[in-house]
Amino acid sequence: MTRAVEIRGLHKSFDDLEVLKGIDLAVDSHEVVCLIGASGSGKSTLLRCINLLEPIDAGSIAIGDEEITAHGVNVDATRRRVGIVFQAFNLFPHMTVLRNVTLAPREVLKASKADAERDAMALLERFGLADKASDYPDRLSGGQQQRVAIVRALAMKPDILLLDEVTSALDPVLVAEVLDQIRELAEQGMTMIIATHEMGFARDVANRVFFLHQGQILEEGPPDRIFSEPEQEETRRFLDRIIAAGRM
Amino acid sequence: MGQPGPSPNVYFSPGGEGDPGMPPGSGDRRPRILGGGDSSARNVWIAVASTVIFFGFIALIVVRSPGWPEIKESFFNGAEFRASFPVILQKFVRNIFIFCIAEVLVLILALFIAVLRSLPGPVFTPLRIMAAAYTDLFRGVPTILVILLLGYGMPALNLQGIPDNDYLWGILALTLVYSAYVAEVYRAGIQSVHPSQVAAARSLGLSRWRSMRHVVLPQAVRRVIPPLLNDFIGLQKDSALVFVLGVVDALGQAQIIQQGDFNFTPLVALSLIFIVITIPQARLVDWLIARDQRKRQSSAAV
Repeated sequence: MTRAVEIRGLHKSFDDLEVLKGIDLAVDSHEVVCLIGASGSGKSTLLRCINLLEPIDAGSIAIGDEEITAHGVNVDATRRRVGIVFQAFNLFPHMTVLRNVTLAPREVLKASKADAERDAMALLERFGLADKASDYPDRLSGGQQQRVAIVRALAMKPDILLLDEVTSALDPVLVAEVLDQIRELAEQGMTMIIATHEMGFARDVANRVFFLHQGQILEEGPPDRIFSEPEQEETRRFLDRIIAAGRM
Repeated sequence: MGQPGPSPNVYFSPGGEGDPGMPPGSGDRRPRILGGGDSSARNVWIAVASTVIFFGFIALIVVRSPGWPEIKESFFNGAEFRASFPVILQKFVRNIFIFCIAEVLVLILALFIAVLRSLPGPVFTPLRIMAAAYTDLFRGVPTILVILLLGYGMPALNLQGIPDNDYLWGILALTLVYSAYVAEVYRAGIQSVHPSQVAAARSLGLSRWRSMRHVVLPQAVRRVIPPLLNDFIGLQKDSALVFVLGVVDALGQAQIIQQGDFNFTPLVALSLIFIVITIPQARLVDWLIARDQRKRQSSAAV
């Protein structure tokens, strides 16, 4: 197993608010890791730091064997290797689905129009979205939009995919199609770090689960153990609340 | 941390998300000038009849009021109109020349200033200050002063290489002034694009400049076409100010005739020309907005 991501002593504050208080986290290639925890526990910020969308205050992040938080690292080159999918999809509304997917390969990887479109169509085909290629995003359902956003990230052939509560903005009936797509990626060996409130899904798809509480990782382990015999009092309380809310 | 705020897909949809399954055009509930939103034949006839009666009545009051014959003689003189209109129209070509060149230059210069002003980070502070100072300066000074300062001031320096061409200085002055306004319009458009769009573009590996060019600017420019065209209509009208430099444009010509004949009809004729060129532009904007809306909402049929 090779190391895909290694985070050491990561600190991040927004003004006076310390959101991440020393995160250590390592993910191997082809591993699927789920981050769980209450809103505000720092899951999204952690993912945004790994994508360098947020500058970090202290610590280090390595992708493969390259430390991406070192000085002088080419930020854009790093981001090509790390895909991220957002809660609110963030598709480009002025572009068709196909253009959304081909923009980065063409502009960043300098692929030809024909190559980029062929690869994009193959990906859209694979996830049942080929007939949406010439549509604009606001013609699509939320679930379809999110699946396109995942395809857009995949088109850059990233080493790692970060998923930031990708089903939280969806109608309950649309959640399944997106989760199925992620499951398929997991089966194909995609390395993923997934922040999620879908505990059933996390239990199902994750190799390991990390419980974040107030900017720290309180507990980690295989999903079966975390969900059935959590060691920490905070983890138990969080899971009880989730069960009470009918989310598991 | 996700930014709070509206969904990023509120692009161009006035007041909330449209139902994606809705047939194009069925959501159009804007009141229309003719027919008041209902297009049945009977309502159209009622609208036409009441309009004719209403405006006919007003016209009757105007032409029967005391002093109307004098006003008509001085402002709406048919013979004077027929004689002056073709001459003024001929000189209006010069105005068209001036504002067309100025508009192209404004589009470029204003975009440049707006992008400068939108550069993030502490390194670009001097550029942001420069762009802001430019805007403050040229929005503050009356257009006619800028025209006079450049048109009379620059040639008066008698410096080598500084041309003495009234058109050149007039166009430059209009460009400088209107770029300040249009830069603000662009900037408002740039700021209206949700930061999550930039995050999405940057996360895909697009550089800051490419994110601006492919993701932010296309959305920004589309949103600001109507206010942009407003400023262009202002610019077209202000092209007449160049006559203070001695250019015989349409206004210069109209004034020559007016002073020769002691009749104001030529100025009214020129007003008419300005009105006639602005109305199609307003309709063009309406059409552009409608087309964009249609294009993005009916694309599912493909």
